[in-house]
Amino acid sequence: MSEKVLMKGNEAIAEAAIRAGCMHYFGYPITPQTELAAYMAKKMPKIGGVFLQAESELAAINMVYGVAATGKRVMTSSSSPGVSLKQEGISYIAGSDLPALIVNVQRGGPGLGGIQPSQAYYFQATKGGGHGDYHIIVLAPNSVQEMADLTALSFDLADKYRMPSMLLADGTLGQMMEPVILPEKSNNSVEKPWAVTGTEGKRKHNIVNSLYLKPDILEKVNFERYERYKEVEKNEVRYESFMMDDAEFCVVAFGIAARISKNAVIAARKEGIKVGLIRPITLWPFPKKPLADAADQVKGFVSVELSMGQMIEDINLAISCKKPVILCNRAGGMIPSPEQVLESIKALGGNK
Amino acid sequence: MIVFEKPKSLTDAEFHYCPGCTHGIIHRLVARAIDNLGIEGRTIGVAPVGCAVMAYDYFACDMVEAAHGRAPAMATGIKRSLPDNIVFTYQGDGDLASIGMAETVHSAARNENITIIFVNNAIYGMTGGQMAPTSLPGQVTQTSPYGRDVKVTGYPVRICEMLATLDGPEFIARVAVNNVKNVKNAEKVIEKAFRNQVEGKGFSLVEVISACPTNWGMTPDNALKWIDEKMIPYYPLGVYKDRSAKEESQNDK
Repeated sequence: MSEKVLMKGNEAIAEAAIRAGCMHYFGYPITPQTELAAYMAKKMPKIGGVFLQAESELAAINMVYGVAATGKRVMTSSSSPGVSLKQEGISYIAGSDLPALIVNVQRGGPGLGGIQPSQAYYFQATKGGGHGDYHIIVLAPNSVQEMADLTALSFDLADKYRMPSMLLADGTLGQMMEPVILPEKSNNSVEKPWAVTGTEGKRKHNIVNSLYLKPDILEKVNFERYERYKEVEKNEVRYESFMMDDAEFCVVAFGIAARISKNAVIAARKEGIKVGLIRPITLWPFPKKPLADAADQVKGFVSVELSMGQMIEDINLAISCKKPVILCNRAGGMIPSPEQVLESIKALGGNK
Repeated sequence: MIVFEKPKSLTDAEFHYCPGCTHGIIHRLVARAIDNLGIEGRTIGVAPVGCAVMAYDYFACDMVEAAHGRAPAMATGIKRSLPDNIVFTYQGDGDLASIGMAETVHSAARNENITIIFVNNAIYGMTGGQMAPTSLPGQVTQTSPYGRDVKVTGYPVRICEMLATLDGPEFIARVAVNNVKNVKNAEKVIEKAFRNQVEGKGFSLVEVISACPTNWGMTPDNALKWIDEKMIPYYPLGVYKDRSAKEESQNDK
């Protein structure tokens, strides 16, 4: 049985990845995810795995692309500016229908931004990020325990649907220490007959490729991929619902913002305000239906974000703008307080 | 008796290359090397972005298609995942010497045990003949219509000379395929670059001076002559680094 250990979020991701059978890691130094790479650098050589510090984020993601083409579990991690550099490679990996895990321990932006926590990469993560029509699975942990659990899940989902997955964490979750029960060793990897492993003279050559010069073929490939995305949207939506049964107001938040929001919801309840929380765990696929259902029940929503307001657009789409949605945010590495969230709940009408 | 036949490591797909282009010869030499070493079943090739973008249809081994310039990084991932397989990249001058320079230099510095075939025809072919990092001073291209002016665009990059200064790589050589003698030599050198990998010796890169009559605006015959008259004087043929040979000769002394 796994025992409870005290770990940083970044380290929990690394250990969980190894336990999920990921024996290949490629990265490039960037704050605030450095503990993850350091953990891999220490551990991989001792267990016969591969840790390689690449010459750039571009090289790192393309090394990931190479390993993914051979059918093995592989990951990279970075933080916001570095993940921007990886977008080209992520598009190629998605366009070649390969599984891989990309971790983004988000920091403030745009540009070089800062090194404090942020959620300003929601758009980039959930709307494609790179060029072309594609999606990646995006999971948003809100604790060190979920950093570990969702890492394992990310690999499973990526393999199952042949697409990249992203763990969208932030600097707070990466740096903070919490007790965590590490997942048991498992490798739910699936058969990968498409992988390049050498024909051994026994089969026609496999080609891992995203180039289709004939437009009708490229269109067909895109339509087929989106059929697969529909399956993901149907089967893999994950969210947490907190005190929503009798709620008249709904706070929506993910990751570290959801932990702050939960405190605000508890404080509001003590004041007699009927408010609940919906916490998307999968940002893509986005929990549209739970929000749409909530729109029939509540008077309004508060979107709590560490950005200038990105997820709020998806909330409005999910509820077809049926009810007001207000933004409660901080940006640039600042974090909203529970009091600020409580004020927003009251501003929505929750003080009556 | 069979005097000449298509290598088994090439598929039956028809090449899309222009008349007079020497990519076809280079493909054949690469496939011959794979045949001769008996490694087709465990070889994985990395196609570039550029004229050889569809090389994945032509080589019969497993193939992947990399992003522009990233082939050595992708090959690194494949080789680290499958160290017993043989991994090669096939890249042009824009891909390897411009956008992919960092990947080229660092895969060499790491002495990745891969083989790189670097086709230098001094121009971007696929996009219609733009100036390449290897275009010669004064060379007329679509984006240097008055001739490459070194005061504005700087000077061509000599990849072999540059990489040979690194401690990392095992083998760096430049060959040409503009006449029978050069083709014969290129065949030997390319096979050596693959054999080095089979023997675990490390990073081996062969630069192949190649003709692009279409974008040079020449007849195929004149293009081959231009290689002798202009290209080879700027890019001298030869072995620039051969660590194992050097170590052997030192041991003999």
